[in-house]
Amino acid sequence: MPRITVTVDGIQYEEEVEPRLLLVHFLRDRLGKTGTPIGCDTTNCGACTVMLDGKSVKSCSVLAVQADGCDVLTIEGLAGADGQWHPMQTAFHEEHALQCGFCTPGMIMSAIDLLAENPDPSEEAIREGLEGNLCRCTGYCNIVRAVRRGAQAMSGQSAAANQEVPAS
Amino acid sequence: MIPAAFDYVRPQTLEEAAMALAEAGEDAKVLAGGQSLLPLLRLRLSYPSSLVDVGRLSELHGVRDEGDHVFIGAATTHYDVVHSPVVQAECPLVAMATATVADPQVRHRGTFGGSLAHADPAGDLPAVAVALDCAFVARSASGGEREIPASEFFVDYLEPALRADEILVGVKVPKLGPGWGYHYEKFHRTAQSWAIVGVAAAVRRSNGSIEEARIGLTNMGPTPVRASAVEEALRGTPITVPVPGGGNGGPDPIRDACGEAAAGTSPPADLHAQPDYRRHLARVLTHRAVLSAARA
Repeated sequence: MPRITVTVDGIQYEEEVEPRLLLVHFLRDRLGKTGTPIGCDTTNCGACTVMLDGKSVKSCSVLAVQADGCDVLTIEGLAGADGQWHPMQTAFHEEHALQCGFCTPGMIMSAIDLLAENPDPSEEAIREGLEGNLCRCTGYCNIVRAVRRGAQAMSGQSAAANQEVPAS
Repeated sequence: MIPAAFDYVRPQTLEEAAMALAEAGEDAKVLAGGQSLLPLLRLRLSYPSSLVDVGRLSELHGVRDEGDHVFIGAATTHYDVVHSPVVQAECPLVAMATATVADPQVRHRGTFGGSLAHADPAGDLPAVAVALDCAFVARSASGGEREIPASEFFVDYLEPALRADEILVGVKVPKLGPGWGYHYEKFHRTAQSWAIVGVAAAVRRSNGSIEEARIGLTNMGPTPVRASAVEEALRGTPITVPVPGGGNGGPDPIRDACGEAAAGTSPPADLHAQPDYRRHLARVLTHRAVLSAARA
C-alpha cells in the first residue's frame, strides 16, 4: 500500500493508505477529524471543503494519495491555539448563518478561500465565490451577511459590518 | 460510495508515465485533477484496473506563448488557465469558458486537458476547442508524439481520439489575431451545474459587419459541434443595434442568421430538456453569443 505524508491542521501524519481511499474518509476515519462532513458524495454540495495547499477543494473528490506531501487545513484547524475562533467562525455565529449546520464547515472554508483572493467582496462576488457550496436551510442571506462581516473583521474593521447587505 | 479497488502509480516523468500507461494495459486510466474521474469511480460507473497519476508532471503544467498559438499544458488547472495573462490576452474565449466550469473548488483541482480528454459534450471546453480549431498533442511510449485536430479529437460521447496508451500532453490554441470579439453563453439551471446548452462564439468584425464567425455548441449531440450553417449565414451580416424595447419584431439580420443554429445537431433528451427545447435554446443562445461577441 502507498505510504503518504500529509500535514493536517499543523500536524504531520505518515500513513499507509489504500489508493481508493478518499481524502475525506482519511480525515474522518483515520484521523478522527469529523468536523469535515460528507454531504452529497457527488462533488456537488461542498460540505467537505478543505484547503489543500492553501486552495479550497472538495475532499470527497481527492484521493488521499493525491494529497501526499501536501498541507491540509480543515475546519478543526481554524481556531487559534487558545481556542479563539477564526473571525469567519465568529461572523457565522453572530449573523446566525446556519440552521442545521451541515454545510457550515464547507461554507466557512470556501469563504476564507474567497477572501484570500478578494478581501473585500461584493454581495455578487460572495454568491459567486460560494457557488460550490449548497445550503438547504438558510436561503443564503445570512451566510452572505456573515461573509461580509468576516471580511471586515479580517481586514481589521471589526465595527458592525452588517449594513452592506440589507436584511431581507 | 467508495470506489472499486485499483492500483495507483505516480510516475516522475512524462516518459515514465507513458511507459506505465502502456504496461498497465487497456483498463488503466490517466488521473490528473480527478474532478471528472473520481465522481465516476465513486458512482461505480467506471472500474479502471489502475490509475496513472500525471497530475504533478511538470511537463504537463503551464501556459506558453509559442508565436502563432498558445500552448496550454494538459494538467494546468482551470484556476491557472483563468488567471493566466497569456490566455486572457491571446485566447480570451478559453478564459471566458473556463471561468464558467463548475465551481471554485473544482476549478482549483480540475485540469484543462483532463476536461477535454474526458470528452463530455456537456463540458464547456470542447465547444471552445472545436470553435477555435485547437490541436491536441498526445504522447505514447510506442508511437511518440502526434497532433490531433479538434475536428477529429471528439469521436463520440466520452470518447476522445486518444489511444489507450496515449497521454494528452497539451493543447495548442491558435491566436486569431486582431479584430475578433468573443463570448461564451451558457444556459443552466443552477450555478454549478452542466450547461443544458452552451455556445462558444468568436466573431471578426470589419466596417460594421461580421466578416467571419466561429461557433461551437455545447451539449447539442454526443460530441461538440460547429454551427457551420450559422457561420456561413453570418458572413457579411451588418452588426445592428436593436431598438430598445423593440422586442423581436424589428429586422435583425444576426438573429435571422442564427436561425439555423440547430441544423445537423442531434441533441440529447434528459431530465433538463428534450431535444426540441435544446434546438430552441441553441438558436436563442447563439444569437446572444454572436451579438455579445460582435459588440465586445
